[in-house]
Amino acid sequence: MTFAPLLEAPISGAPGGEGAALPALALRVRERVLRMAEGGGCFLGASLSCADLLVHLYTRVLRISPATLGDPDRDYLFLSKGHDVPALYATFAELGFLDPARLANHLSTTDSIYWHPNRSIPGVEFHSGSLGHLLAVALGVAYDIRLRGGSNRVFVILGDGELDEGSVWEACLVASALKLDNLIAVVDRNEFQANVRTEELIPLEPLPAKFRAFGWSCQTVDGHCFECLDDAFSRFPTEAGRPSAVIARTVRGKGCPSLEARADRWFVSLTPAQAEALVAELHGTSGGGIELEGPVVR
Amino acid sequence: MSASYESVLGALAVERPDLLVMTAENRAPIRNLPQALGPRFLDVGICEQTLIGAAAGLALRGRIPVVHALAAFLTMRAFEFVRTDVGIAGLPVKMVGYVPGFLSEANGPTHQAIEDVALMRGIPGVDVICPSDGVELAAALPAAVASPRPCYIRYNPLPPVVTHRTPFRLGRAEVLSEGDGVALLTYGVLLGEADRAGAILAEQGVPVRLVDLRTLSPLDEEAVVAAARQAEMVVTIEDHFKIGGLYSMVAEVLLRHGISRRVHPISLGQRWFKPALLPDVLTYEGFTGAQLATRVLAALRSTDA
Repeated sequence: MTFAPLLEAPISGAPGGEGAALPALALRVRERVLRMAEGGGCFLGASLSCADLLVHLYTRVLRISPATLGDPDRDYLFLSKGHDVPALYATFAELGFLDPARLANHLSTTDSIYWHPNRSIPGVEFHSGSLGHLLAVALGVAYDIRLRGGSNRVFVILGDGELDEGSVWEACLVASALKLDNLIAVVDRNEFQANVRTEELIPLEPLPAKFRAFGWSCQTVDGHCFECLDDAFSRFPTEAGRPSAVIARTVRGKGCPSLEARADRWFVSLTPAQAEALVAELHGTSGGGIELEGPVVR
Repeated sequence: MSASYESVLGALAVERPDLLVMTAENRAPIRNLPQALGPRFLDVGICEQTLIGAAAGLALRGRIPVVHALAAFLTMRAFEFVRTDVGIAGLPVKMVGYVPGFLSEANGPTHQAIEDVALMRGIPGVDVICPSDGVELAAALPAAVASPRPCYIRYNPLPPVVTHRTPFRLGRAEVLSEGDGVALLTYGVLLGEADRAGAILAEQGVPVRLVDLRTLSPLDEEAVVAAARQAEMVVTIEDHFKIGGLYSMVAEVLLRHGISRRVHPISLGQRWFKPALLPDVLTYEGFTGAQLATRVLAALRSTDA
């Protein structure tokens, strides 16, 4: 199994260079996510924490493109935590999987883009939102790929809060027993459950030791550093015969100081003016401290 | 005697390279399949949630997973996985519930799947198949596998008591006798006892229409309506809670068709049954042919519905 990135674009594009330059791309994704939080809101904190991960995986790791969505030999990515789907849709819009105009239909009955992943949207491999499901589904896909002798890989994005679910660890046991080294779990380790810090409620640490004890190989990486992600995702399987876990350390609400690492910025509904102000924060033209009047916190 | 469950599954696997058999470490009736199927037999251990999730993943890849697990844990431990991963997606996962209803015998209430029909028929698009014996089970499996829909099959390997004359078809009942006194509607392991009850009732001058529903979802509405139109009273007989099973379904059908007919439920009501070997369970709970006949006669004499 060799590393075959989809795009060979440099991470830091020269000025006026490739649109695929990752920081610029991730910035546009975050901007789109903020716009999706207008009028009705979305799970903004989780979307912003994994935006860099999704941008990195879809541009540098996954062997998938808009032309190969139905190809049985494509790599798969399952979004198990589900709350971060605005970041996925925004990434899809940037990479040509999805018409960007559709993002404006978020929450509208005229389209089918809602708070959790909908598999009728091209590129979404399966619906989710009920936590602790997709590692098992991905395991079935990975098993079939092995049966057929395929070399494609199956990635699953898990939330760290999601790791409370027993079904995640059930699937970890089974994946290890089946020696599915084509299965890669990526944990968006933003250190929050919905409303409370993970370590204050149900502590997960030492998390790498837990995955290793379940028979997985495990690495920890800065989930906002593209060079670090390049390094982490460049060698799979890290150990032959073992599924791989990548714990990506992230910041909830990453990019907007007014949102970052705050327990009350999980689900946020924005006015257009608030979205505008947060976009300015994103671009560094405003230092933060934006008062969000009446954000809806679910 | 017809082909066994195991041999039918084995033959289907030979015929269809896309078929896998999966289990959560419930191997009693399929002990030879691991060797016969090789990697197309997948035992995930005692992990019912992962069993269903992985089956959905395999189905996404174009496989037909036949999932064999204890009925109580398949339908209840993993319920939300069945509903969310199989049901919402409408994936062709074929779920076989082992020892459902009275077949859990002496296991006790933890293992009694007597709300399984209510739960599974409550998921849109999931067919519910309840073979009355091993012959119907053997006939139901190829039909289930050929269907593009997900299904739940109430496992039943018992030798047949009645002679089947109608070929098995999804959504079709078999009418075994056509008397117009009382209609006995049943499914699964109780068909034999219902047949014995019918013979006793006929001797006592009550002509019986005996209907083996075979599949509860989709339900053969025509057969239910015909029974209600022709008989004086309809009796539903099931090893299931009263709520959500055949009695509920018949009531729904008759109301929808505007038919007013007395329907007498013989079920487990709202309680778990006495754990024991099957013949003793039947006697203790009042489900032997003779007891059923007595209960039906009492209902006929009673003015209460």
